[in-house]
Amino acid sequence: MNILVCVKRVPLTGGKIVLTDDERAISTRHLGFTVSPHEECGVEEAVRLIEQHGGSSAVLTLGPPEAEEQLRDMMALGIDRAVHLVADGEEWDPQATANAIVDAIRSQSEPFDLILFGNESADAGNYQVAVRVAHKLGLPVVTGIKGIAVGDSQLRLEQEVPGGRDVYVIPTPAVVTVKEGLNLPRYPSVPGRLRAKRKPLDTSTPARPEPMLEMIKLTLPPDSGKQAQVLGNGADAAPAVVTVLDELGLL
Amino acid sequence: MVLVFAERSDDELYRQALTFARSIDPDQVHAVGINDPAGYSPDGWATALTRVTEERGPTVVVGPGTERGNEVLAHVAAVLDLPMAANCVSATPGDPLTLTRVRWGGSLLEEARLHGSPALLTVAPHAVAADEQSVEIELAPAASEAIVRVSERVETVTAGVSLADADVVVSGGRGVGSAEGFAVIEELAALLGAAVGCSRAVTSAGWRPHTDQVGQTGTRISPSLYIACGISGATQHMAGCKGAKKLMAINPDNEASIFASADYAVIGDLHEVVPAISAEIRRTRGGG
Repeated sequence: MNILVCVKRVPLTGGKIVLTDDERAISTRHLGFTVSPHEECGVEEAVRLIEQHGGSSAVLTLGPPEAEEQLRDMMALGIDRAVHLVADGEEWDPQATANAIVDAIRSQSEPFDLILFGNESADAGNYQVAVRVAHKLGLPVVTGIKGIAVGDSQLRLEQEVPGGRDVYVIPTPAVVTVKEGLNLPRYPSVPGRLRAKRKPLDTSTPARPEPMLEMIKLTLPPDSGKQAQVLGNGADAAPAVVTVLDELGLL
Repeated sequence: MVLVFAERSDDELYRQALTFARSIDPDQVHAVGINDPAGYSPDGWATALTRVTEERGPTVVVGPGTERGNEVLAHVAAVLDLPMAANCVSATPGDPLTLTRVRWGGSLLEEARLHGSPALLTVAPHAVAADEQSVEIELAPAASEAIVRVSERVETVTAGVSLADADVVVSGGRGVGSAEGFAVIEELAALLGAAVGCSRAVTSAGWRPHTDQVGQTGTRISPSLYIACGISGATQHMAGCKGAKKLMAINPDNEASIFASADYAVIGDLHEVVPAISAEIRRTRGGG
């Protein structure tokens, strides 16, 4: 089978987010980058499915030139090739993102049996790019999946819901969005990293249309204003902790 | 007129969506549910909701901040090729409509304009407090042409206290150091009748299953007390525990960002502090 995984380069935020001066992005001067956590599981699943069933895998991103770093990272984990839609540094809204991905998928020489996305990106969290891509391509789509079993021209998909799991059985080709917990992603090996440098990477530069969901600016939520009550240092703090637990009615 | 998608009438997030809708248009809020004996279908329900939307001509369609609220609205947006904004905290009608929505699981806010009508919005969970006012839910007929549908429900039995519903949660982070290190966390949790949680660093290392993860990509919790042990307080984690009424942080680094959100702080190594707390609880109970 042929599998495509779509990923997004996002900063590795630590404890405190700092905005750029124009308030349109997170200041990343001191931050590393990764892909959204759900997408890491999508990549791992693609690699495992190809190991089991044969075929080939590709990773696609719409992102700045620096996003090649994430594409190489994903290829180091076992993805065969990459498609890089090189974007300007500006925000692409969900419709523009979906349309660019659809154009790229249509221009591939071989069709995909399975197109994986993360359920939502870690940063913008728009919850819709995959659904839009599926509609444009006329494919079935299920979101928030934590279990995938591949059958004969069909997929059995499991979605966590309160009290259990809902099961969907859908024909391929299909679009599926996955959630972290689907699997435990592997770490890249040194030979994997070396191989990734030589794997094929196609680039194109789509034009960014006017946004329909237009970001004006970002703001930080108000500070909690909390001042923690220090109960002590080390084991000596235990009596003070237990007093607090008692006051809260938890003993 | 504002149309509210009533995925489930008994849901808190649906009532929050109603309240949000009234903040846009206090006088004309209509709620629509889908009458589908065959069960949930994302595209089928979206087709039904799209038909009602086209018949009624609302200025705004609001979905609850549930997985299915986001999923169905995304399908409606795709069918109508209209923009959609997920996880909104406020919206002001106009041409264009302006809104504020959350990013990074609530660690960041975005102000945006939405160019399209009707505006398709979902409401960020717990961003607005639901009022008591209800409206009659009109049931729309299901679409017969559904492509994807739930075929089976597998019930899971959870032993002990579920993380999402627990009144007290004790979590460990990278500072726990190993899977075995969680013994001290489990001991304290058992004494308090609490659920055990952990940070993403822990699940990525394979020390605990993903079902234990508290965070943006794990479980969102809202206990009376959250005890975070050896957790630095990355935005990924804080997105999952900001619903906690009280937060107690135990960390050897007094600069750790988790202390900025904490109500109670203990500076120290959890492997010394947590067993001492457990021993003190036993002593108090034994003596009392």
